[in-house]
Amino acid sequence: MNETLIAVLTTAGALVGLGVFSAAVLYLVSLKFKVDEDPRIDTVEALLSGANCGGCGLPGCRGLAEMLVGEDDISKLYCPPAGADTMGQIATMLGKAAPAREPSVAVVRCAGSYARRERTNRYDGAGSCAVAAALYGGETGCTFGCLSEGDCVRACPFDAIHMNPETGLPEVVDEKCTACGKCVTACPKALIELRRQGARNRRVCVTCRNRDKGAVARKVCEVACIACGKCVKACTFDAIVLENNLAFIDSHKCKLCRKCVPECPTGAIEETGFPARKEEKETV
Amino acid sequence: MSKTFRKGGGHPSDNKLSRADEVERMPLPQTVVIPLSQHIGAPATAVVAKGDRVKVGQLIGEAAGFVSSNVHSSVSGTVLSVDAVPDLGGVRRQAVTIKVEGDEWAEGIDLDGSLRRECTLSPAEIIDKVKEAGVVGMGGAQFPTHVKLSIPQGKRAEYLLINGAECEPYLTSDHRVMLERGEELLAGVKILAKALGVGKSYIGIENNKPDAVAHLRKLAAGDAEVEVIALRARYPQGGEKQLIDAVLGREVPSGGLPIDVGCVVQNVDTALAVYEAVQKNKPLVERVVTVTGKSVERHANLLVRIGTPLQAILDYCGGMPEDTGKVINGGPMMGKAVANLDSVVTKGTSGIVLMRDDEAERRKSGGACIKCAKCVRGCPMGLEPYYLFKLGVRGRLTEMEGYWAADCIECGLCSWVCPANLPLLDYIRLGKVEVMRIMRERKG
Repeated sequence: MNETLIAVLTTAGALVGLGVFSAAVLYLVSLKFKVDEDPRIDTVEALLSGANCGGCGLPGCRGLAEMLVGEDDISKLYCPPAGADTMGQIATMLGKAAPAREPSVAVVRCAGSYARRERTNRYDGAGSCAVAAALYGGETGCTFGCLSEGDCVRACPFDAIHMNPETGLPEVVDEKCTACGKCVTACPKALIELRRQGARNRRVCVTCRNRDKGAVARKVCEVACIACGKCVKACTFDAIVLENNLAFIDSHKCKLCRKCVPECPTGAIEETGFPARKEEKETV
Repeated sequence: MSKTFRKGGGHPSDNKLSRADEVERMPLPQTVVIPLSQHIGAPATAVVAKGDRVKVGQLIGEAAGFVSSNVHSSVSGTVLSVDAVPDLGGVRRQAVTIKVEGDEWAEGIDLDGSLRRECTLSPAEIIDKVKEAGVVGMGGAQFPTHVKLSIPQGKRAEYLLINGAECEPYLTSDHRVMLERGEELLAGVKILAKALGVGKSYIGIENNKPDAVAHLRKLAAGDAEVEVIALRARYPQGGEKQLIDAVLGREVPSGGLPIDVGCVVQNVDTALAVYEAVQKNKPLVERVVTVTGKSVERHANLLVRIGTPLQAILDYCGGMPEDTGKVINGGPMMGKAVANLDSVVTKGTSGIVLMRDDEAERRKSGGACIKCAKCVRGCPMGLEPYYLFKLGVRGRLTEMEGYWAADCIECGLCSWVCPANLPLLDYIRLGKVEVMRIMRERKG
C-alpha cells in the first residue's frame, strides 16, 4: 500500500519538476530571442481589410501594415479595400502624409451577351477561362470576348462580381468592389479594367475589346466597337483615342457629358449610373 | 516479346477502321486557304498579293528566320486574299486564299512516278532542298525538318529513327503510306541518313500493323543499314522520346532533345516528303489524311492538297453524320476539337476524326482526386499528373517547374486513365506554358 503511494508521488513529482524546468527554459529562451515589434503594426493591420487580397501589391495585410509603419514616405502604399477614409485615419495615427488615390471600380469591357453574340460551338472542357483560352478562341466568333467560365468570380475575395446566367457575362456590384485588381489578373482576355469610379458612380466606357477590323468584329457581335471614330469626333475633351481598331475612353479625361454614347452606331459605349435620358424631342 | 518503351503508357482501343482503305486522290476543292504559319517558329512572310496568278508548288510564303518554313501554293489559280482567317480554334491568323483554276504545276517539279534512289547531293545540299521545299514534321508537331537535320556543333547523330508507330487510335495515314509508298519512303530514309551522316536507321512500327512491318522488312532486306523494328502497340509510342526508349533503350534527359542521346526522329510522312523534295523537287503541297469515325458514311485515306477546307473533305466522304459530337483535327488522344469547319488541312493534319455525341461527351467529374495514382503509373514521362493538376487548379503555376511540368509531352494519357474524369492535362498545360515562359526568360 505504502509502496503504491510512493510510486504515485514520485511520478507526480517528476512530472511537475519536468514542467517547472521546461517552463524555466522556455522563459529564458523567450527572453533571449525576444523580437521587438512595433505595437502599431497590429493596430494598423486591424484597420485594414483583412482579406489578404494583394491589391496593395504586397504579400497580405500584415506586409502592408509593416510597410506603413516602417516607411517614412507612404504615398505609394494604398489599400484599395480600406479606402481613402481608413488610409487617412492610419496616416494621422502614424503622423505621416496620407496616401491619396481616386476611388476606382472594376469594369467588365465586354457586352457580348448570348443574345448579341452568336455561339458557333460548344465548349465542354474544364470550367476555367484560363483553360479555355489556352485551347482556342471561344464559343463565339469573337476571340477577344468573355468566355463566361467565371475565373473572375472565383478570384474575387469580396463577392463583388457575379455571373449573370442570362447574358453569360460577369457583373460587378459597385458597392462591394474594392478595386483590388484580382479579377483583372484572373481574366485571360484582359477584359476587366479598374476605372475611376466617377462622380456619383457615373461612368462612360467602351465595352468591347475586339481588335479585329470593324467589319469582322461586327459580323460576330452586335455590340462590337468597329473603330469608326465617330465618338472621337464627338468628344470635346480629347478623352477618346482610337488604337488597334478600338476606341478607348480615358476615365481621367472624361467629363461624363455622354455626347459619344448616341453617336456610336453599334451601341458599344455603355453609360452607367446616369438617370434615364429624357425622350429626344422629335423634330418635324 | 516485342520492344516497347519502359515508363507508363496505355492502350486505348485501336479503332483503325480505315486500315484497309487504299489512298485515293481527292478531287480539287474550289478554294484553298493556306495558312502562313503551319510550323513551329516565326510565321512565313507572304510573297504574293491579291490578284496574283499562282501555280502548284510556287512559293507563296517565305520562311522568316531559321526556325520557320517556306509555304507553297498547293493549287493553281488566282489569289483571292492575303488576310487573317480563323483557324481551327477560331483565332485569326494570316493565310493566303486561292481560287482553284485548273491544275498547272510550277516548272522544275518532276511529276513522273518513277523511283529515283540515287542521291548524289552533299548533306548541306540536301538540307537546303528540304528547307526550300518547306518540309516540316508531319506527325503533328510541325517542327521545321531542316532545323532538326542541322545538328548543333559538338553533337553527333548516331541513329536515325523513323516513326511509323502511329499509336493514335483511328489514324491510318502513316500505315497506308508505309504500305503503298514503301520504296519511296525507304529512299527518303536513306537521304535523311545521308544528310545526318548516320550509319544506321531504324523504322519503328507498332505490331498492330503486321502487314506494314512485313512489307518494309521485305523491301529493306539486304540493306544492313536499315532495320525495321516491330513494337508492342502502346500509346504514346509515337512520341519521339518514347520511340527512342522503345527502339534503343536510351532515355532523353529532362529538358534535352533526342540529339543529346545521338538520335534524330522523323515521321514516315516526313521521310516521304523529304524524298519528294530532294529527288523530285516537289515542295510539300499535299499529304495523306485519314477521314474516319464510327458514323462516317465512307471512311477513307485521302491524298489532300494542303489548305483544303475540312467541310469540303467531309462533303466528299458523305457529309457529316447527324450524331457527330466533335470533329477532331488529328487523333482522338492528342488532336484538337475543331471549332470551325472552314478551317483547313495543314502540313500536320494526319487525320480528321468524327466522334459521335456519346463518345465525345466529357464524362462528368466529381471534381476530387481519389488518389488512385493511375495517372502516375500511366505517365510516360514519369511525372505526377495529379499533383501538377492540383497546383494548376490553385493557380500555383510557377511551382510546377519543380515538378517537371516542362517535360510533359501533352499525350493526354493521364486524363484518359483518370477514373474521376479530372481534366488533368488541361491544367497541366496551363502550367507548362507558364513554366516554359519562365525558363525562356531566365535564359535571356
